[in-house]
Amino acid sequence: MPWTRLQMAERAAAELKDGYYVNLGIGIPTLVANFIPSNIDLTLQSENGMLGMGPFPYEDEVDPDLINAGKQTITELKRTSYFSSADSFGMIRGGHIDLSILGAMEVAENGDLANWMIPGKMVKGMGGAMDLVAGVKKVVVIMDHNAKDSRPKLLHECSLPLTGAGVVDLVITDLGVFVINDRGLSLVELAPDVRIDEIKDRTEADFTVDLAR
Amino acid sequence: MKKVYKNAGAALDGLLFDGMTIMAGGFGLCGIPENLITAIRDAGVGNLTVISNNAGVDDFGLGLLLETHQIKKMVSSYVGENKLFEQQFLSGELELEFNPQGTLAERIRAGGAGIPGFYTKTGVGTVIAEGKPHKQFDGETHILERGLTADLSIIKAWKGDTAGNLIYRKTARNFNPIMATAGRATVAEVEEIVEVGALEADFIHTPGIFVQRIFKGEFEKRIEQRTTRERE
Repeated sequence: MPWTRLQMAERAAAELKDGYYVNLGIGIPTLVANFIPSNIDLTLQSENGMLGMGPFPYEDEVDPDLINAGKQTITELKRTSYFSSADSFGMIRGGHIDLSILGAMEVAENGDLANWMIPGKMVKGMGGAMDLVAGVKKVVVIMDHNAKDSRPKLLHECSLPLTGAGVVDLVITDLGVFVINDRGLSLVELAPDVRIDEIKDRTEADFTVDLAR
Repeated sequence: MKKVYKNAGAALDGLLFDGMTIMAGGFGLCGIPENLITAIRDAGVGNLTVISNNAGVDDFGLGLLLETHQIKKMVSSYVGENKLFEQQFLSGELELEFNPQGTLAERIRAGGAGIPGFYTKTGVGTVIAEGKPHKQFDGETHILERGLTADLSIIKAWKGDTAGNLIYRKTARNFNPIMATAGRATVAEVEEIVEVGALEADFIHTPGIFVQRIFKGEFEKRIEQRTTRERE
């Protein structure tokens, strides 16, 4: 059975380590915060200028001066600090953030990522995505294995304009987990009862199988 | 020199002209100079180039200046929350220059610090890199980005003193302190003006040298995504 969105988020949480500074993208990546293991102490960064992001506020705690990068109201923690957008992206570009988890439209077998525009459609902008993938130490993508029209999203080459070239380290789909490194793309985990044949049928990219990892 | 003005209209007097470039602070609707945006709308100046991370929503923030067709060009990183923007962009009326958010922030920081350009690896291999000089540093490719300045920066802070020293509150800081440094004139609207000496000097975020005019505004502080949790 393929993983649900929550299960993909839970699997992504296995990449979290004690002491990490982590930036979570909008959508499924945000759900990863619900699965942080209790024995791990980590700090969430929000690129609009906050380190140490807390949970959503209770109704009577809502503060318009306190939002995350998705423009949602949030809360602070004892460890929280605030800073300018330039300092925030200094952290990101300067390689001080350990892990970024984000969504994708397409990922290529060499780690190219496309997640910000579809030509011919209204472009909303890349926000901080290009900075994050260029600067964060490890980039993890969570995405459905295939698009709604069933086209593969793991490709030889991205057809959409890139967010970053050769930037993705790990891809978690509803069917399994893939590592991307100098040797290319390799399948390292399968979702329960998903067969390798099925993944091959539903993937354009070339990949090796390394389930023993 | 007196920096304190009565309201937004008075603080902008003599600073506005058609075709000018304006930096506007804020992230989404958080920490935006609400009073100054309204005053620019009322002043009616047009053909504006506006440098701002976002473009407001249809009836608030910079959306007000789109409604009146005062903006010719936006320099932004994300404009997804605005239907009016989409209409004007698709009809060709509005020009748009997308910058990666961190590149936008650093261009503003650099501009304010007298740095005309810098190299970054953000955007290498993407459309952002097209036409820009590339250079290898320590085996990695980087692209040249230019510093940004503006005729006017409009910013929002929490507290300010009569010398123009500013303190921001929580994530309403965002682009405001860097934009304060990059405007040939910077006007700040604040929730409270205090006498010099009332702000702890060690905790001032923007030194008064960057702020030419300041006034006390009135704030709606609209929330874009009110997200809460239930008490158990």
